[in-house]
Amino acid sequence: MTVVDADTIAKSFGRVRVLRGLTLRVDGGDTVALFGPNGAGKSTLLRLCATLYAPTAGTLALFGSRQPSAETRRRIGLLGHQSFLYPDLSARENLVFYGRLYGLPRPEHAADAWLERVGLAANATRSVRVFSRGMEQRLALARTLLHDPELLLLDEPWSALDAAGADLLSEILEGLRADGRTIVVATHDFERGRAVAARAVILHGGRVVWEASPSDATASVEAAYRQVTGAVAA
Amino acid sequence: MWSILRKDLLLELRTREAIAALIVLVVLILLTFTFALDPEGARAAAPAVLWVTLIFAGLLAVQRTFLVERESGAWYGLLLGPVDRGAIFVAKLVANLVVLAIADVVLTSLLVLVLGTGIPTAPLELAFVNALGLIGFSALATLFAAISVRLRARELLLPLLVLPLLVPVVICAVEASRIVLAGGGASAAAAWLRVLATFDVIVTVAGWMLFEQLVLE
Repeated sequence: MTVVDADTIAKSFGRVRVLRGLTLRVDGGDTVALFGPNGAGKSTLLRLCATLYAPTAGTLALFGSRQPSAETRRRIGLLGHQSFLYPDLSARENLVFYGRLYGLPRPEHAADAWLERVGLAANATRSVRVFSRGMEQRLALARTLLHDPELLLLDEPWSALDAAGADLLSEILEGLRADGRTIVVATHDFERGRAVAARAVILHGGRVVWEASPSDATASVEAAYRQVTGAVAA
Repeated sequence: MWSILRKDLLLELRTREAIAALIVLVVLILLTFTFALDPEGARAAAPAVLWVTLIFAGLLAVQRTFLVERESGAWYGLLLGPVDRGAIFVAKLVANLVVLAIADVVLTSLLVLVLGTGIPTAPLELAFVNALGLIGFSALATLFAAISVRLRARELLLPLLVLPLLVPVVICAVEASRIVLAGGGASAAAAWLRVLATFDVIVTVAGWMLFEQLVLE
């Protein structure tokens, strides 16, 4: 099943055109790494796929539907630049709230399990306001995965994480990949991106300018990145 | 919807940001009126003082609830949830209504103490009038706060957008409050209350239906 079917989509904010006729298809179980320089449109594409934005032109179908419903949103998890957490609630209260929002049968149980999984069990009752950026990113990861989404959209997920946190994230993503989840990850980290994803896509100027299929696993993303963007890989 | 309402009330209980700002502003506005008007004039102006104070202070409180969501990015977390986005509007409306109702109780008590309006002879009827007025105000302010919060000049735009549309609420609520405070009873203010109730229904239903399109970027 096609999970994301973006057909020549465009997205503008006022006069600023961020996406310009981007076409991308992601099938169920695909793992895709999005690379591209700042302003290429990676975050905007992920937010469109999360139903937070509507395309200005073109069509975007998610799980076969062009009209995303509440049920479509239930199948999506987005880890963005912001954590989407409430600073004045504790780590556990934040997860319990999101668990209730997603209608989980036992939100407290799910919250405790994820706090344990991301290594924040000892800080469960502390307010998120006092968390370091790395701790907040771990909690945001727990929030993203709490409802067991089928489509995972991750925007710079390794940013702010220490080495242990980054390894934990990679391990979790590896497990989800093995479990057949669809993962789209936007990153500047070629090594981690390639390790997680079977397919690499480079965005530049709001379009897909390079794509390596799973069979082209040896294709050099860095070389292609340098060639199409004229920039040195980050 | 209940989970959002519960979270909003928990946050307000913990930070007391909206209610504290609301009550400080209510007291300041009320004191200004007290010194500006002679005792007789102040008593006559009590219904207008009540609603002008509630609306100006309420706008600040309603905007605050959305700013908290936007600053932390949690607003997007809400929009990602598998709930009807209209339900987010209703939850926010009710949470704002609870805060405004607390401010209303404080303000009405201060009107009696500071302006000397006398204890209302029909407190339940006055509460009914105030509830109808606050529902209309809260629905309209919640809807426009959700739109204006992502704009740069939001502090300026919210009153500019909301106040002209609030004219029916202000007129009906002030007139109905005046009749009830004068001992006329809710039945004597029925015509004003009907308009107020109609406004409440229209704005609440419109908000619920339009919210999804208004919050989509």
